[in-house]
Amino acid sequence: MYVAVKGGDAAIENSQTLLAEERRGDKRVPELTLDQIKNQLSLSVDRVMAEGSLYDRDLAALAIKQARGDIVEAIFLLRAYRTTLPRFGNTLPIDTAKMQIRRRISATFKDLPGGQILGPSFDYTHRLLDFSLVENSDSPVAEEASENILEEMPRVTELLNDEGLIEKEIDVNEHEPFDVTRNSLKFPASREARLQNLARGDEGFLLALAYSTQRGWGKTHPFAGEIRMGEVGVEIIPEELGFPIEVGEITVTECQMVNQFKGSATIPAQFTRGYGLTFGHNERKAMSMGILDRSLRSKELGEAVNAPAQDEEFVLSHSCNVEASGFVQHLKLPHYVDFQSELVTVRALRKASTLSEDNKDSTDSKNVEAAE
Amino acid sequence: MTNVLLSSKNLSHHYGSQVGCIDVSFDIYPGEVLGVVGESGSGKTTLLKNISGLLQPSSGSVKFDTRVDGLKDIYLLSEPERRLLMRTDWGVVFQNARDGLRMNVSAGANVGERLMAIGARNYRDIRNEATDWLQNVEIGLERMDHYPETFSGGMLQRLQIARNLVTKPRLVFMDEPTSGLDVSVQARLLDLIRGLVSQLGIACVIVSHDLGVMRLLSNRLIVMHKGRVVEKGLTDQVLDDPQHPYTQLLVSSILPV
Amino acid sequence: MAAISGERKRSSRLKEKTLDGYNFAYLDDQTKRMIRRAALKAVAIPGYQVPFGSREMPLPFGWGTGGIQVTASIIGIDDTLKVIDQGADDTTNAVNIRRFFAKTAGVETTENTSDASIIQTRHRIPEVKLKSDQIIVYQVPIPEPLRWIEPREEETRKMHALTEYGVMHVELYENIAHYGKVTTSYNYPVQVNDHYVMSPSPIPKFDNPKMDKMPALQLFGAGREKRIYAVPPYTKVKSLDFDDHPFEIESWSECCALCESSSSFLDEVITDDKGSRMFVCSDSNFCADRRAKGHKGPGLPRKFEIKDIE
Repeated sequence: MYVAVKGGDAAIENSQTLLAEERRGDKRVPELTLDQIKNQLSLSVDRVMAEGSLYDRDLAALAIKQARGDIVEAIFLLRAYRTTLPRFGNTLPIDTAKMQIRRRISATFKDLPGGQILGPSFDYTHRLLDFSLVENSDSPVAEEASENILEEMPRVTELLNDEGLIEKEIDVNEHEPFDVTRNSLKFPASREARLQNLARGDEGFLLALAYSTQRGWGKTHPFAGEIRMGEVGVEIIPEELGFPIEVGEITVTECQMVNQFKGSATIPAQFTRGYGLTFGHNERKAMSMGILDRSLRSKELGEAVNAPAQDEEFVLSHSCNVEASGFVQHLKLPHYVDFQSELVTVRALRKASTLSEDNKDSTDSKNVEAAE
Repeated sequence: MTNVLLSSKNLSHHYGSQVGCIDVSFDIYPGEVLGVVGESGSGKTTLLKNISGLLQPSSGSVKFDTRVDGLKDIYLLSEPERRLLMRTDWGVVFQNARDGLRMNVSAGANVGERLMAIGARNYRDIRNEATDWLQNVEIGLERMDHYPETFSGGMLQRLQIARNLVTKPRLVFMDEPTSGLDVSVQARLLDLIRGLVSQLGIACVIVSHDLGVMRLLSNRLIVMHKGRVVEKGLTDQVLDDPQHPYTQLLVSSILPV
Repeated sequence: MAAISGERKRSSRLKEKTLDGYNFAYLDDQTKRMIRRAALKAVAIPGYQVPFGSREMPLPFGWGTGGIQVTASIIGIDDTLKVIDQGADDTTNAVNIRRFFAKTAGVETTENTSDASIIQTRHRIPEVKLKSDQIIVYQVPIPEPLRWIEPREEETRKMHALTEYGVMHVELYENIAHYGKVTTSYNYPVQVNDHYVMSPSPIPKFDNPKMDKMPALQLFGAGREKRIYAVPPYTKVKSLDFDDHPFEIESWSECCALCESSSSFLDEVITDDKGSRMFVCSDSNFCADRRAKGHKGPGLPRKFEIKDIE
């Protein structure tokens, strides 16, 4: 006698207890602290904040701990938490020219006002496993620079701008900016919607698409005009005060791509721009975003659109890993009913086809017969 | 019945500083086949896009004799009106048949689609109509439920023609319908197009660089060179007694058909 | 209705019943209002997909976030909620969503279809006829019925606006040409109120006729795709078909092994590894109800043979 499987409630609770146990792991090993995660896994924290679109190092560290280091899961946790937060208002646009620079490089000029500042970077490390880290290490202390860094570091694109060599970045939006977290994306998408979407988009997805443009699937011919990373102030204008006050400081990575030029009989040739910005320190993501911002302008700039990275519906509809991960994994949910419907259909078709095989007296094409 | 079916007035198109076509004017009457001839880059494909609603011209007007309101500028029609026109009164036969076909559905469905798009909801009727049209374009009925992917170039082009003509449009635009096909396949296709067009009284604009095609199909001819119309007239007249030096060059460079 | 009256008298009862630090039914009131506006618009334009600012929910996208947001926005403290997945109240996803609302809204939950004021469902419509004081909320994975034919949103919006639906019939035509019958068995497209072609969500086509002129309000939420649509009570819902190949639904020659129902959608249960199987109601509440009333099915597994299938 068949008895329907009951007790889903208890099963789910048991599974969650087991999950908590596995997360903690061997109890003889000291438990991770959020401070450890924030300090020693800071780039994970940066990525979770960027794609979780919530700048809070403590919450991001908590999410990473709770997710057992699964970054996409941690991003999901942060996003779901973000949903419940009230909105107090909009900040003023951050000014990256006033950034307290920790790293600033340009691939387009050997030297430039403000200089090249390498800062902390994996770029020139030899990727050799450092076995001194197996044991707790005493890390060296970096020497402080003898020269002060410019207070206001000019952007490379502005240097080009002076000569009119690159298209102007015009703020055409007098209106409140579109907000992808509050509205459903519509196509064609505005630039602000595109940049927000890419800023929250999955790093791996953006990286792969940006890479594809470099291999000829919709080339954008990019130069890394400038990449800078450091701290910027965040300001709001409280209604009671009417003037801006600084409410905090965030770390961001900004990438300005200088791209293939464009011109016509009436407009002299100019370089075009691609822009990338992420919370925290993440050059891979910022650069990928800069490349894609530009490749998604193909239609606007009258270029042929024939590669995935140029197709805004394709890129923007599939960039979010919270959506993607949820939908791919929803296949784990029961589909008994749909599958039963298919079973009924396939069996009926097989039965019909067995019958027609039996009745067949000529060599008529099966297709024609099935159609009758 | 001598109402103009389609009228192009002072049509020009520029791509930035590049010239597409300049100051092109002509009329097409019901049942008439108009050939547009010229070498590649002469502006004939731009012109075809301009007059078939695919590319808005920089200046000038394109008017079509709509069933309800008579002659109207197609670019002043609302989008729903223009889309309706495209799936009822107009047909477009692309040079590459794949651009005009649904490659992932059967030949029969390709022909039936326009019928369903205008409201046909009886499977048997749609099937019968599709059968007739596949016969008209000499595609064997055993291929009816096959995917176009398995068809030869000539068959694909014939299928595309059937797909367009099934709703009996009043005007069909054809862009190099026979290029890229073997000579013998071309000849068969040309015969077929000529037969169908005259039998159904469909007006046609055919763009081609091939004067042989024009001689066979078109009643009147427009010769384009560097974006401009350099000569126009009855086909035989233009081909047998070309006036413009460019036309003379074109005519002398091919073998007589 | 319940949603609105519940809103007024939530005050004292709320505090004791809902989760600390979170709003009643999780979402903040601004978001709920936004979703209710979208739902009202959807009711006003039956079958039209209204874009809305879908939020990240604490359940994954694709797991019912659209339905959950709709339910969270219309639910009041006096509502009684039933959640089903595959027709059953006890499947893990249904349990999980019911727990979510029990925890965040503290509302009564029920397995009894007739007792529920809101029924959230994935993949089924209950067998018992719904009433005009009930709302059924569907979880929708892909709201766009034209998506498989035209992946581009810019184009599908135009096709809907202009009722350019010929291509939908191309698919049915293909089914008949190749198989002699329409083979789409779930998520079978419908036309609502003679205009919008709509995805009924992946319910079996067996359930499609229940949507037509249903007394209950039908709301559809697609969280990941950020769309809400609706079928108002007593609205015409027609499954697409040809005049000479009318729409038809699945049927079984068996009856339910537990309650002997021969009019309900049956799930196939494999009972051993030798091909034995039996059929039981997918709607667990309907089945239990019938058994309580004394109906009894054959029960024992029997050898399955292909010729038994109609």
